[in-house]
Amino acid sequence: MKYVDEFRDGTLAAGLARAIAREVDRGRDYAFMEFCGGHTHAISRYGVADLLPANVRMIHGPGCPVCVLPIGRVDMAIGLALARPEVILCTYGDCLRVPASEGLSLLKAKARGADVRMVYSAADALALAVREPAREVVFFAIGFETTTPPTALVLRQAAAQGLANFSVICNHVLTPPAIAAILGAPEVRRLGSVRIDGFIGPAHVSTLIGSRPYEAFAAQYRKPVVIAGFEPLDVMQAILMLVRQVNDGRAEVENEFTRAVSRDGNAKAQAVVAEVLELRPSFEWRGLGALPDSALRIRSAFAAWDAEAKFGLEDRPVADNRACECGAILRGVKQPVDCKLFATACTPENPMGSCMVSSEGACAAHYNYGRFRDSEALPAQD
Amino acid sequence: MPSARLAHARPLDLRNGRIELAFGAGGRAMAQLITELFARAFANDWLARGDDGAVLPAPGPGERLVMATDAHVVSPLFFRGGDIGSLSVHGTVNDLAVMGARPLYLAASFILEEGFPLADLARIVDSMAAAARAAGVAVVTGDTKVVEQGKGDGVFITTTGIGALPAGRDPGGAQARPGDVVLLSGRIGDHGMAIMAQRESLAFDAEIVSDSAPLNGLVEALYAAVPAAAIRVLRDPTRGGLATTLNEIATQSGVGMTLEEAAIPVAPQVHAACELLGLDPLYVANEGKLVVLCAPAHADAVLAALRAHPLGTEAARIGAATADAQHFVQVRTALGGRRMVDWLAGEQLPRIC
Repeated sequence: MKYVDEFRDGTLAAGLARAIAREVDRGRDYAFMEFCGGHTHAISRYGVADLLPANVRMIHGPGCPVCVLPIGRVDMAIGLALARPEVILCTYGDCLRVPASEGLSLLKAKARGADVRMVYSAADALALAVREPAREVVFFAIGFETTTPPTALVLRQAAAQGLANFSVICNHVLTPPAIAAILGAPEVRRLGSVRIDGFIGPAHVSTLIGSRPYEAFAAQYRKPVVIAGFEPLDVMQAILMLVRQVNDGRAEVENEFTRAVSRDGNAKAQAVVAEVLELRPSFEWRGLGALPDSALRIRSAFAAWDAEAKFGLEDRPVADNRACECGAILRGVKQPVDCKLFATACTPENPMGSCMVSSEGACAAHYNYGRFRDSEALPAQD
Repeated sequence: MPSARLAHARPLDLRNGRIELAFGAGGRAMAQLITELFARAFANDWLARGDDGAVLPAPGPGERLVMATDAHVVSPLFFRGGDIGSLSVHGTVNDLAVMGARPLYLAASFILEEGFPLADLARIVDSMAAAARAAGVAVVTGDTKVVEQGKGDGVFITTTGIGALPAGRDPGGAQARPGDVVLLSGRIGDHGMAIMAQRESLAFDAEIVSDSAPLNGLVEALYAAVPAAAIRVLRDPTRGGLATTLNEIATQSGVGMTLEEAAIPVAPQVHAACELLGLDPLYVANEGKLVVLCAPAHADAVLAALRAHPLGTEAARIGAATADAQHFVQVRTALGGRRMVDWLAGEQLPRIC
């Protein structure tokens, strides 16, 4: 496919692999975190690890929207959809399988009679509300900065049209506070526990917020950041750039994804978001806990379209399964195979933790794409 | 001729009529539906007799019987490249064909929803009859039930088929051995994406046409080209796509597989639509593709036979079975890395960003 396959070319990949192998210092290890689930998916889907030297390790970060969505928020949506037959609850596909309390998920709630529908965009949800004037259409909005402007836009459109049967449960979260939380985590700060030598910065998120927000981390924590596109060659190019920064002792923000990302991002989209949404003082992230100023809520001027206000929904924090290591995995402290539940009690068919839900989650990516490596690492059986 | 027909006052209104509960009640209305719609379209002596079943001749000497059944609940009922009628014939014909059998007879059972337009039903039944003729099978018996409005999705069709398996043919999911070559008869994902593109919730206008087709001719061409024992496994990768089919075979046979991603044919439109929706074509349904695992010495002959048939012009050799105690299906990606291709978990849902 034109303009996509060029970024998945095997010959170019082999060239980049040789360049990375040439540049790495054999006397040391490199550990880089890709923040975004999109990068996690690309790395696993295309087998990028096979093209990297043994001393370059990728740590999968928390940038998977459904992975960091706390159980309490999903419970809230399920409760609403089950309690009110007039409600059509719509959300993005990935969200439907997120495990919630009492063994439920939105898909399982659907089987119990809730009207839960998958949409491909916020605009689809708004169009559904127009088509179904007798029903209450509630859009369960999740995602990082990428999916936020469309949510803000439909809220503004609903307000402009006076569309009374549409509302949004806003779960949008912000990338920079999550990166700060990882860098500030005790495991990362305490030397020798978890080492992160640099970050691959988000692709689509950065098209919105620009590269400037990462400059503070690079300077404060002395960690290089390379913003990269979601194609496998982008990822490999970013790894090469990170290796060079580490070798040179630099900690800069570099932009591999210049075809889409500028320093200041998309001002128009930022303005729409600022008009409709505002910072939540605190929001619970699965795996990272409550982080200040890390999420967005709907401004009071748009309260009539805020499902939390409209239906009096309460946010009740719910603890993860105690054996589930999603939290540590999301912080890069543990790997999927370190979790006792991985591939035993927790599988993509029956996810216990959120990292097993989306193929962008570290556990699901490893289960679906990389599990064969675990048996290769074991001694051969007779 | 059934005597009930004589008592009909008026013929069925195939233009504006709708399915009523009486059409499934066993009385004259049902008899009329059977004679004027089903028996006329499927036109054979077995149906014309109007009995409760069909009396069929015994298979040829040395032949065994193969039976398969398939229920069809597709939405939308009409899609680019086919409809639930043709699909219900191809589904069961293909299940018989990949057993190595020559499909002969079908039984068809219809669950109709009250209020469903008779014109649409006639279109579906005509399409089914045309598909059966093209595949060389006869619809010899059937059943009709009507459910109240709101309790069905228009039409559900279940077909059950009987085929004759010639002596010496014994393909099966458990027959693959390490070293066997994996071949595919053409592009994957066309059916699933054609359906998805047409679903109401997805305003996605791509010229993707379902590949729904009967595979018995292609299978016969294979057996004409190579010794029967060389063909270890035949499968049609329907729901769950190629990935699921290969995992089934790997598990049944106790082997692993290694595929070359770049060798797996995917139409550019399907590739683009999957890319947009965050889907993997390996998991998207097909209704007219054949997967063959054969002995390595005969792989070239199998490939040539596939390519010589109109349904296999884009056939490709996509990989090989391996010795692997874990029965993993692996792919060498176009990028040059490796990954697993696992069973489909749940429904295939698009990723968010």
